[in-house]
Amino acid sequence: MFSYHLRLAWKSLWGNRALSLLMVAAIAVGIGVCMTTLTMYYLMSSNPVAHRNDVLFAVQLDGWDPEEAYNEDPEGPPWELTWRDAGALRQSDIPTRQAAMYKATFVVQPEREDVNPFLSIARVTDSDFFRMFDVPFLYGDSWDKAADDAAEQVVVLSRSINEQVFGGENSVGRTLRMGDRSFRVAGVLKDWNPTPKFFDPNNGAYDDAEDIYVPFTLTRPLELDSAGNTNCWKPEPRNSYDDFMNSECVWIQYWVELSSAAQRREYQRHIDAYAQTQKALGRFERPLDNRLTRVSDWLDVRRVVADDSKVLVGLAFMFLAVCLFNTVGLLLSKFVGKASQISIRRALGATRGELFRQHLVEVSVIGLLGGIFGLGLSYLGLWGVRALNAGAERTTYLDLNMVMLGVGLALISAVAAGLYPTWRAANVDPAPFLRAQ
Amino acid sequence: MLEMRPILSALMRNKTGAILIALQIAFTLAVLINAAFIVSQRVTQITRDSGMDVDNVVTAQSWAVSDDADIKAMVDLDVAALREIPGVIAVTASNQVPLSGGGWGDTVHNVVRGEEGRIDSNAARYMVNEQGLEALGLTLYEGRAFTREDINWRESNSSAPIESVIITLPMAKELFPDLSTYVGQTLYDGLDRPMTVVGVLEQMHGAWVGWDRLDMVMLAPEKPTSSLVRYLVRVEPGTAEAMTKQVETVLTERDRGRVVRRVVPMSEYRDNSYSRDRAMAILMVVVVVMLTMITSLGIVGLASFSVAQRTRQIGTRRAVGARRMHIVRYFLVENWMITTGGVVLGTALGVVFNIWLAQAYEIDRLNPIYVPVAILSIWALGLLSVLGPARRAATIQPAIATRTV
Repeated sequence: MFSYHLRLAWKSLWGNRALSLLMVAAIAVGIGVCMTTLTMYYLMSSNPVAHRNDVLFAVQLDGWDPEEAYNEDPEGPPWELTWRDAGALRQSDIPTRQAAMYKATFVVQPEREDVNPFLSIARVTDSDFFRMFDVPFLYGDSWDKAADDAAEQVVVLSRSINEQVFGGENSVGRTLRMGDRSFRVAGVLKDWNPTPKFFDPNNGAYDDAEDIYVPFTLTRPLELDSAGNTNCWKPEPRNSYDDFMNSECVWIQYWVELSSAAQRREYQRHIDAYAQTQKALGRFERPLDNRLTRVSDWLDVRRVVADDSKVLVGLAFMFLAVCLFNTVGLLLSKFVGKASQISIRRALGATRGELFRQHLVEVSVIGLLGGIFGLGLSYLGLWGVRALNAGAERTTYLDLNMVMLGVGLALISAVAAGLYPTWRAANVDPAPFLRAQ
Repeated sequence: MLEMRPILSALMRNKTGAILIALQIAFTLAVLINAAFIVSQRVTQITRDSGMDVDNVVTAQSWAVSDDADIKAMVDLDVAALREIPGVIAVTASNQVPLSGGGWGDTVHNVVRGEEGRIDSNAARYMVNEQGLEALGLTLYEGRAFTREDINWRESNSSAPIESVIITLPMAKELFPDLSTYVGQTLYDGLDRPMTVVGVLEQMHGAWVGWDRLDMVMLAPEKPTSSLVRYLVRVEPGTAEAMTKQVETVLTERDRGRVVRRVVPMSEYRDNSYSRDRAMAILMVVVVVMLTMITSLGIVGLASFSVAQRTRQIGTRRAVGARRMHIVRYFLVENWMITTGGVVLGTALGVVFNIWLAQAYEIDRLNPIYVPVAILSIWALGLLSVLGPARRAATIQPAIATRTV
């Protein structure tokens, strides 16, 4: 029966090609626009560590200015920590894993004389970083805790920088020169580029992951400077590296892994108690507000999804609505035009249900075709957005989920658009037409 | 106009098509109103005056490799070498590039702590040398540029005081609302140390184009000593693209022990900073064009269908004496009535949508001027779309009335 309906649908569509084309085009354009904007929204708002959402937490401590709100988020504590507070938190053994981190710049000096030194962005962090965020290794592994404690000059490389400096070989154990110093390569990563860059949205939520990773404990001995966002509120003289380290400037991101609710409560108590000790020292003058935030909520708080893309999604759905009203109109005129044909089939014994099903199949075929062409259009649309907006590479590709969603959306909207015309077609009163024959 | 009532009652008897068109028009109008608003907002933002000669400035970054590098010598020699390039007008070293999306901000005050009426003002802070104003193509509103004697080295990790500053007019107005001239006034930095205003700029933009304090900028007479130094090189009009190569060559040749990178016209930073806005504006225009096309096709389709359905009725009217013009007018009036229904609904929808946008995303409310403009466009669109089918209807011969379907 289904194949018979399909054959009839095809005949009917082919019989009125211009109208069919118009309907397919209307759905395709609607789906194309919708999928273009939805894809960007979906990729922007995706959570790259969704499977660890319940155990990973961003730590916020409120040691900000008692006089004035934090300018990035007036309702909450600052997004980053001071050097002192990060150092104090690192002493705790409550979290299963924990990592302090920030962005820094290094000048890499390749061994080969003919390659000029080049600049590389590094993440200065603890060895737990890699396990916490499920970072995949190609060669070697992360440096170990002993290297953290001893502030060893070790480094983990991204795949691309390993290509650039070592020609892609297994470089574990070899030496990388950066600035005036040598670092031992501990591991090389597979391609890893979480989108959005949830662990540090401060410095571009859609920036690429860093190329180089070195121990956080190197900060002090090497006097590393942050290449990322630094926020200071306190009028305090800062005339040396030590002054900066002791200042109230916030610049360090801090993440902990807490495996159970009990552990989380214990850690919350711990950071609150820490804040109390600081109050005694004349710091943390604001009311107690220390937070542990899940990745999904963190992405929300940090508003990593640009408002633009939400507006676009809203407008795109209104666009789709117009396309669907259009399709309803076209279907109506088509089915009403077929009234005499329907009457004959009714007279020959087709039931209403059967006619209903048959027309629904026809509508679904239109929806399917519209969906396929719509996906093509959204591919074109995303290409256009990439061409217009140099920074959008990472939020403008179609993955399998979106392809399926696109086809599904096309089918659902086609069927929704077709319901009323189909119902009208199935309920055509055959008598007047038969009499006219 | 006398036909309105019969047309309306005819419409009421066959509502579906009319409702569909009205709904299409309503949604189209709602999108149109908001899209036009968004586009105009973005275009205004992109094309606003930065106060700088952005198109004729070449920028470069120089990174010292070694911790022991003599940065002071490097900066002085670099600036001197860059100034020798034929076609270069002025050169300054700086800590940041305006419009680049990254940089420093500072808080300053009009009076010291504890005094009445203290105003907080924060601004992007740029280091410039005595050629700074010329290197960026800035215009003074009053006062003077820095002289060679004003310029000091800014050691890294130092919060040494600044003696003289140049600020923008918007910043001067914010800090000294009661004054009309600002040269000679004193500002106070975060540690309440005084800084004298020696010059006021007509206009200048800072680092972050999305910040509502973009035109709050302060220039300090300083030369950077950090491992990263930026150079801003103003060149003869129209030569920025060509001069990047020479700037890069001069810097690289002069000292090979450092990394020279991102030697690009400043316009590239500007274009990058605004690329989202530009993309959004273009996307909106594309969406609106496609949407009007779809709606217009829908009107043509349904009007053609209704003409086909009413062939006999039209023939009959023609037979009893209606002229072609009357038939055309019938369809135009009918369409106008449907469109107007859609317009009423669409205006409401568009305004609601805009209020939601404004609340949810803290963007400005719609400028009401867009509403009548959008309505007029939609009316025009409706009439143009129905003109074809209406004229076809008018060609129906009276004799058709006597034939069966």
